[in-house]
Amino acid sequence: MSSGLMSYVWEGLGNTLLLTVFGALLGLVFAFIAGLGRSSERTWVRGIAMVYTEIFRGFPSLVLLFALIFIVPTFGYQLNPLFAGILALALNIGAYAAEVVRGAVKAVPPGQIEAAIALNFTPWQRLRKVVLPQAVVAMIPPFTNNLIELLKATSLVSLVYISDLTFSAQLIRASTGETALVFFGLLVGYGVIALFFTAIMKLLERMAARSLGRTVPSGLFGRKEVAA
Amino acid sequence: MSEPYSSPSSDVMIQFDRVVKKFGDHVVLRELDFSVKPGEFVTLIGPSGSGKTTILRLLMTLETADDGTIQVGGEYLSHMERGGKLVPADERHLRNQRKRIGMVFQQFNLFPNMKVLQNVTEAPVRALGLSKAEAEQRARELLEMVGLSDKIDAHPMQLSGGQQQRVAIARALAMRPQVLLLDEVTSALDPELVAGVLAVLKEIARTTDITFLCVTHEMQFAQDVSDRVMMFDQGQVIEDAPPEQLFTQPAHERTRSFLHAVIDRAV
Repeated sequence: MSSGLMSYVWEGLGNTLLLTVFGALLGLVFAFIAGLGRSSERTWVRGIAMVYTEIFRGFPSLVLLFALIFIVPTFGYQLNPLFAGILALALNIGAYAAEVVRGAVKAVPPGQIEAAIALNFTPWQRLRKVVLPQAVVAMIPPFTNNLIELLKATSLVSLVYISDLTFSAQLIRASTGETALVFFGLLVGYGVIALFFTAIMKLLERMAARSLGRTVPSGLFGRKEVAA
Repeated sequence: MSEPYSSPSSDVMIQFDRVVKKFGDHVVLRELDFSVKPGEFVTLIGPSGSGKTTILRLLMTLETADDGTIQVGGEYLSHMERGGKLVPADERHLRNQRKRIGMVFQQFNLFPNMKVLQNVTEAPVRALGLSKAEAEQRARELLEMVGLSDKIDAHPMQLSGGQQQRVAIARALAMRPQVLLLDEVTSALDPELVAGVLAVLKEIARTTDITFLCVTHEMQFAQDVSDRVMMFDQGQVIEDAPPEQLFTQPAHERTRSFLHAVIDRAV
């Protein structure tokens, strides 16, 4: 492959990683705000958080993206396309991940919160020092799924002419005519990136488990061996 | 600080005044009255589900009474005065009240995300404003007292139930409570670990002036350590006597049949 075509690949890879990483970080912010909001004592906070999750879980990312890129400018704002991509993906994945946050927070045993009350922690300290450190450990495996979903969803941005990996592949396909080879390579590429993110998340999972004095055994059936 | 209007005399630490607690239609406490003197060790016995634990949970502000008032050390626990009327307490008032009360739970409830030492230091640092060094000093002394000096750097998950419960006792004591609530603290333990936990509690009861309110099924322990035992059934205290009297010559038929069932089972 000529160096000209390779530069498309690098640019595409860079943008795909950028969209995934920043989409995930922004999505994490949305997920925590909405997930904790849905666990709030205040009805109106729960209401806003619920509206967010229900709406953005239901919207296809692609439609959201079209809206941000083609409709928002009619109101006089021109979003940077890459930022629009990150925002659309983050709003969508954040709504999914918010449910993960809510579930994990709810799964912390009530006895933990009662002990924190008995020790006179403020509500914020209960959340920060007791609930979240335990809940985060439970969030990581489902977050891994969300992250991989996000990675795959980034390919949508090629439809609004952002030069991600898929867009670059289309360019290369158009200039070489090697349809099968290019798409096969593209699939392998996404697969390798997904493995890379999974490995990082696995590492985080181990670190988090260690903070609770647990270990995550390796291997598919590691957990069963330990339980036996 | 304003005096509460039906201020009890200074020799009352805990005062329940016509306390009612319902869960749905189920009435757990029926206008419950009782009091505990400072430094007293009072044990609540009675059948499961009779509401003994609810009494402790009300005192720890984990539940709210439906009616009546509770005072601890002469101050309303979950009420406060506003314009001459009693209104439900706000979070600030509750935090002030909780300072004086500690609780040890049946399921230990150590924080798994903190090592043993931090379990004991975290609350004094956060809630009492102790320096880290002071809190660690105190935690080391307490962990030594409960016989766990060598487990300071362990995770709670790595400890036996008995060890976890002893850490939980140290953690509660680190807050220097005036009142310590013991909620079936040995019920979740393997039988051979019970004695170690009870020995620690006896030692604390003997050497401190903490007021204890204890729910237990360990009748021998209750007899050894209590100043007073209250038999509780159907939302009411039905008998209230020193242990030597209550365990040997119970006045009430219900107490007799309960003790008979519990002690027969133990034999």
